[in-house]
Amino acid sequence: MMKLNVNGSDRQVDADPDTPLLYVLRNDLELNAAKFGCGLGQCGSCTVIVDGKAVLSCVTPVVLLEGRKVTTLEGLGTIEAPAPIQRAFIEEQAAQCGYCIAGMMMRAQALLQRNSKPTEAEIRAELGLHLCRCGTHMRILRAVHRAAKLMQTADASPAERRTP
Amino acid sequence: MNAVVLNRRSVLAGSGALIVSFSLRDALAQDQGAPAATPPPPPPPGSLKGAPYLDSWIRIDADGAITVFTGKAEIGQGFRTACQQIAAEELDVPFASLKLVTADTARTANEGYTSGSNSMKDSGTAVQHAAAQVRALLIAEAARRLALPADSLKTDNAAVMAPDGRRLGYGELVAGEMLHVQAQARSTLKDPAAYRVMGQSVPRVDIPAKVSGGAAYVQDMRLPGMLHARVVRPPGYGAELTACDTSAVEKMPGVVKIVRDGNFLAVVAAKEYQAVKAMQALSATAQWRETAKLPKQDNLPEMLTSLPARDEIIFQQSNPSAAAARTIEATYTRPYQAHGSIGPSCAVAQLAGDTMTVWSHTQGVYPDRQGIAEMLRVPPARVRVIHVEGSGCYGHNGADDAACDAALIARALPGVPVRVQWMREQEHAWEPFGPAMVTKMKASLDSNGAIVDWSFDVWSNTHSTRPGGAGSMLAAQHMAQPFAQPAPRPIPQPEGGGDRNAIPIYKFPNAKVVHHFIPEMPLRVSAMRGLGAYHNVFSMESFMDELAMLAGADPVEFRLKHLDDKRGRDAIEKAAREFGWQKGHKAPPDRGYGFAFARYKNLAAYCAIASEVEVNRQTGRPRLVRAVAAVDSGQVVNPDGLINQIEGAIVQSMSWTLYESVGFDDKRITSIDWQTYPILRFDAVPERVDVHVINRPGQPFLGSGETGQGPAAASIANAIADATGKRLRDLPLTRKRIKDAIDA
Repeated sequence: MMKLNVNGSDRQVDADPDTPLLYVLRNDLELNAAKFGCGLGQCGSCTVIVDGKAVLSCVTPVVLLEGRKVTTLEGLGTIEAPAPIQRAFIEEQAAQCGYCIAGMMMRAQALLQRNSKPTEAEIRAELGLHLCRCGTHMRILRAVHRAAKLMQTADASPAERRTP
Repeated sequence: MNAVVLNRRSVLAGSGALIVSFSLRDALAQDQGAPAATPPPPPPPGSLKGAPYLDSWIRIDADGAITVFTGKAEIGQGFRTACQQIAAEELDVPFASLKLVTADTARTANEGYTSGSNSMKDSGTAVQHAAAQVRALLIAEAARRLALPADSLKTDNAAVMAPDGRRLGYGELVAGEMLHVQAQARSTLKDPAAYRVMGQSVPRVDIPAKVSGGAAYVQDMRLPGMLHARVVRPPGYGAELTACDTSAVEKMPGVVKIVRDGNFLAVVAAKEYQAVKAMQALSATAQWRETAKLPKQDNLPEMLTSLPARDEIIFQQSNPSAAAARTIEATYTRPYQAHGSIGPSCAVAQLAGDTMTVWSHTQGVYPDRQGIAEMLRVPPARVRVIHVEGSGCYGHNGADDAACDAALIARALPGVPVRVQWMREQEHAWEPFGPAMVTKMKASLDSNGAIVDWSFDVWSNTHSTRPGGAGSMLAAQHMAQPFAQPAPRPIPQPEGGGDRNAIPIYKFPNAKVVHHFIPEMPLRVSAMRGLGAYHNVFSMESFMDELAMLAGADPVEFRLKHLDDKRGRDAIEKAAREFGWQKGHKAPPDRGYGFAFARYKNLAAYCAIASEVEVNRQTGRPRLVRAVAAVDSGQVVNPDGLINQIEGAIVQSMSWTLYESVGFDDKRITSIDWQTYPILRFDAVPERVDVHVINRPGQPFLGSGETGQGPAAASIANAIADATGKRLRDLPLTRKRIKDAIDA
């Protein structure tokens, strides 16, 4: 048994230590967002956030995750209460088949957590590893810019509420 | 009402699942047909032709719940949302109140494949007319009950309203067999000026689940007791399994079963990664005799044109009075290219009782059912195929093969749901590729710079080896008692396959188009987005620029000079205007402008694209800076959905055009992942892609999924020629080829 912290909850997982995190997330923990795209660390579909950094879950053995904080797209928000990155992708309709999108969003989320106002070039460089086959790239870029703006608004909102 | 309808249907009970057989029901309907003496009425529109009963498309329950059925599938193109918009509009019900059921052999009409940009034309049209006729029936029933003339009644918000304020909900009105009637040839459709839902950019209904971790794909299915399977594919086409010691693998943790049937080899395990490890172990122990003799990759065009071909003149016209002054010729080539879905193919199957149910991201549930049933040697009624979304497919990828794999494995484990997931290397090596092609063109200008003579020859394999029978699927080909692959056939005009868009839309006094159909297929090939249109439009629209240059004419002006089609001219003029195209304009240093146009299949959507490309003269690296498109797809249902499709087409076609080529040696496919089959990455994504929609209210839906592929390729090629002064005619237009051309 291994103990993982996923989306803020401690979870017991019965898996071989060399099992890639992706399979544990998808099957043992029944989380859909991280996707199997290549199993080779080449496409980014499986991206999750570990201790604030974007990680390719398809090539990360689960044994390395003990004692670390794993965040998947499910941990950011829900359909009813979407996180800024989710709102941004919905508002920009930034998906065709959508299979690569969860991984893109997690990479973008990690970027925005450390750089709240990334430039276009910084976003492109950050997403450099990620592949999209439908050609949704223009919308994905727009959605990341929009998410940055939404996050700033969200950060600003408590202060606004305090204003009489 | 439900119960009544179901009693009329042939109901096959299988382990608790209620399965309604469409084919049997259609046969029943034919028995009740009109007397033979009367001339047959004109067929109803779209897919209503094949499935004329209104309740095949729309069901209204007594509680007012409305379900719409379509035999087409959502494959990332936004069809689900657009179809629901059409139904909501013509039924006069709120968009969100509808439930939409897509491709499922037990529930929806047989609409063949979700392909060819035909979903809106076939199914969208059927749903539109079915909805309008259902609404008319409901109004008629309300008129009867209220004793008022029908034309005094209106519909709104799922109810019929009388002038005096009385209101009858659709659920109250519908009764018994009311919707079990055949569609009429004509419907009273809404005036497009009154549309409230159609024409709006309604947000896609599938996106929220996809951006929040909802169960959105067949890959996300988890059935109780489900096991995980992996297939061990042969190392190459035709390889035979000569030895396989399974004893050690059988003892591996979690391994439940090894399924071997001839050259088909698979392993089933309790947990997914156990299945992966068992697959690797099994692969290491399996010994194969390789028999494939693949052609030399570096002289593909010569190989293709030297294979035996069946030649057919598909278009010819002559006007001897037109005199040629100058003649040029050119050869254009395309390599094999891969669909390269980001999610490798996946399927879930379960044999429950005597019925095999398969959940698949296939584009054709009915053809798959036929193929799987044949492979399992059971009647089609014992197989149900349900479409569940997968990763974007762009044509015939591994989806059908994975469905067949799952069925064959699940047969060995009765009652147990089995999920088969292909590995990345399997998808890349075994998917049917977009065929390599060669086009040879020759044309002459008269003394006024007009084209007077046009000759176009295209060499290609078939562009569809889609299932119908078992022999199209890998598992059935690999079994001990294999099914032979059906003989390949060309897809006939006017849609065409390898010759799709080979006939010029432009008006030339003399023209001849020959399709050289090559039956022999050295690599596995099938339908890829646009089929032959991608290469034929790339060739033709590049050659148009070569001729414009010879004539000293502006490329846009030169196209308009040869084009009568009004809507085509509108699309060209719109794209040119929005791009800021000016006759004689000169791009900044190392940049070039390019233009291209096509009407997909010469009968579907119009698309014109202008591009600006930058070329690094030192490295040869091309970069699409911006693209501006104009598209006319008839009546627009969801403008943003249409724009999304064209944006995607341009960006994807750019990737095909600049980077992509399937690699192979004399035995095996060697491009088996994203390192060996590189595609577009974010550093090369354009700065802007602008799509301008030309709406045609009330005109037929023309579809949009494939219309951009060819024009995007030619527009980029023409811009590269403008930037470098060099014409590249062999796809892909790699930086090496560009650099070599610059240095030549």
